[in-house]
Amino acid sequence: MRTRLEKWSLLLSAAAVFVLPTVSSAQLSTSDIDTRLGTESHVGNITGHAKDAKGDYRRYCVGCHGPLGDGNGENAPYMQPPMYQQPRDFQLGIFKCRSTPTGTLPTDQDLYDAITRGFDRSNMPQWNTLSKQQRADLVAWVKHFSPRWVGEKPGTPIPIPPEPEVTAERIKAGRDVFARMQCWKCHGVQGMANGPSASTLQDDLGRPIAAFNFTDGTRPKCGDTDQDIYRIFMTGLDGTPMPSFADNIKPDEAWDLVFYLRTFMSQKSKEKEMAKQLALKPVDPNAPAGQQ
Amino acid sequence: MQVSDRFRFRNILQLASSFAAVALVLASIVLTCSQPANALPAFARKYGLRCSACHESWPMLNYFGQKFKDNGYQLMNDRDAPIWQNPGYWPVVFRITPIWHRVSVGKVQVDTYTAGAPDGGQAIQRVSSSGFDLSGLDFHTGGTLEKNISFYLLPSSDPTGAFHFEQVFVRFDNIFHSSWFNFKLGRFELDNLLSEKRILTLTGNGGIYQTYHFIPQGDGNIFGQIGDNQLGIEYLGHSADDRTRISASLVSSSDGNVNLSTTANAYTGFFAASQAFDAGRLGVQRVGFYAMAGEASTYYLTEGGVPIGGSGIGNKSFSREGFVGQFYFGPHVGLTVVTQHGSDNAWFGQGYGNAEATDGNGGTTATCSSPAPGCPLNNVPGTPLPAGAQSPSWNGATFEGHYIYSPQLIFIGRYEVEKMSQQANGAACTACLQSSSGTFTASGATPSNFGNISTYTIGFRYNPFMTSRAGLAWHNEYNWLHQDGTGPANLTTGALTNINTSEILMGLDFDF
Repeated sequence: MRTRLEKWSLLLSAAAVFVLPTVSSAQLSTSDIDTRLGTESHVGNITGHAKDAKGDYRRYCVGCHGPLGDGNGENAPYMQPPMYQQPRDFQLGIFKCRSTPTGTLPTDQDLYDAITRGFDRSNMPQWNTLSKQQRADLVAWVKHFSPRWVGEKPGTPIPIPPEPEVTAERIKAGRDVFARMQCWKCHGVQGMANGPSASTLQDDLGRPIAAFNFTDGTRPKCGDTDQDIYRIFMTGLDGTPMPSFADNIKPDEAWDLVFYLRTFMSQKSKEKEMAKQLALKPVDPNAPAGQQ
Repeated sequence: MQVSDRFRFRNILQLASSFAAVALVLASIVLTCSQPANALPAFARKYGLRCSACHESWPMLNYFGQKFKDNGYQLMNDRDAPIWQNPGYWPVVFRITPIWHRVSVGKVQVDTYTAGAPDGGQAIQRVSSSGFDLSGLDFHTGGTLEKNISFYLLPSSDPTGAFHFEQVFVRFDNIFHSSWFNFKLGRFELDNLLSEKRILTLTGNGGIYQTYHFIPQGDGNIFGQIGDNQLGIEYLGHSADDRTRISASLVSSSDGNVNLSTTANAYTGFFAASQAFDAGRLGVQRVGFYAMAGEASTYYLTEGGVPIGGSGIGNKSFSREGFVGQFYFGPHVGLTVVTQHGSDNAWFGQGYGNAEATDGNGGTTATCSSPAPGCPLNNVPGTPLPAGAQSPSWNGATFEGHYIYSPQLIFIGRYEVEKMSQQANGAACTACLQSSSGTFTASGATPSNFGNISTYTIGFRYNPFMTSRAGLAWHNEYNWLHQDGTGPANLTTGALTNINTSEILMGLDFDF
């Protein structure tokens, strides 16, 4: 005959068996991810180790990106487009800001730069207060969430030719590229993100996404140097409607486009001054090809 | 195995299984309850970052949090201005701490009784008191008014509910689009890398940095309290990544008191600079220094013998300077060191300066004039500095170590030492003033160690959950403080005695 103590023991054990799995169900795929804890990163002469970034990820990143790196942190429900952008899902291994061709994995340096620079117009701040080693470790940690890094290698960074001199002809040529590539469909004829397609844009996960507004004074997400802007439309922003134009425009034309886009931006620039002197008009969406 | 042994073994198994089951259920309950709360600390709510992103352990800032603060409570991600905020955002945080604590004071002079009635005698004994208690309530509210214009307002109450404005300021940041030009005006904490307003400990003596508040016994300089919030203006400049920081403040020498009721017409300058550097796997280290020099009044104009409030003149000088280092030894261990050399003018050493300090007979500035008995010490023109009086000076240091097991659990250990290097009453003193229990009496030379302090504080803070939505810390702390010569005088010999006090505290420190 069972004692009262034994009965209670059985009852409590049964209760625990039912309760515990519901609590820990969200951790089921952790073991899969943990198999990649040996992931490394190489940034300059620093080697990052995923296992060393666990504490920093938990301290700084997990609130948005979630314990499984799937972008489902506790803050994700509060980050609704268009005011906010959803945290990146690291498990997909798809990244906007890369130096590598579209569809390929970014380099470790790309991820390191993203952590250091942060992303304007998003909740991702600059983490340049962390030591270089901490950031390299976090790069390895980000990589360890996605199985893509197991079988794939990062793409080869696209070459960026030296920046030519800005001329009025180049700015005008850039306007032609802007029209020919139909950039205005999303970004608008004056770069104000109000093109006819702007309201319909969605990312690869079907979430609304806004085109970049060149005129409101904010900085491009993947860097604001001329080289950064060149890189953005030659690599595309994977996971978003912004495609790569690497197969459609030549490097020289890409530079022309950079100069033309600078004329939209509110910051003072040589391009903006030249556009004013030229009395450059916005592209006409209805003009026949080549007759802007 | 004997039958009795088997029976004992079976009982042990039953007990073990019961304990295991109870432990499992408790674990289930704890895990289930450790879900994000709905309440939102202000900045974490605005930016969706966990407390741990900005705080080594709340409320102590880490490097990222310091940078956020230095940028005027902005992440600099083009989403800082209020226009980008959720309309429901309301930047208010409430903080209060229900506690249990036990305070033990080593030497207290008490009345003695015989047959149930006071016998007119006195004795010295240890007095301990314990019980449940409450901290004051803080309403923190702060944020951006516009891009690069921010504010902070902190109405704060004592445990009885009496409110004052602990911090109030407006700051302008990134003037000329440069992180090197930032200003703030109001009542604020001086740019101390080891912030007392963000201290991790809560006991009476451990909840402040002794190094920031130390003044010689009987010293009348009400300023010199670099841990207190001050009224003034501050310039701050820093590199974009906050590796290099410099600041300079000009504040009233009123120790933050309003209405110019204490020290008026006197100002103090505070300068601080620091540089951080990357030490690889050890982390980012920071070293710096600070210096403060100022003047404070030592007497008041009078009308009909009554001091006129705000008329403080007869300014005398004082200075504080020291070194600060924030060192990390990997992700878990940190050590902060602050040193200080302090010096006050000899007049302060004789007790002049504090309008509220009296000669111990209960006088106030409104009812009497100096130097009559019972009145504030007032350095009226012609008052001679007693022969042998000299500028008191001292050296102090704070060593605070942290072991960060995880963002949710931090262990704290602190040692502070303050030692007089020159007493206000030198060897030549025959009629210098000396404070004892608030009464100033003529005195000879002061023992060299009089007023020295050494204190230890240990504790830990455990956050049972860590989200960007609320903060709760289970706080445990023990403090022990020793001071030379400030205990009650020996009842037989009249000799100075040392005093030891200790406090143990447990509480729930929460904000929402």
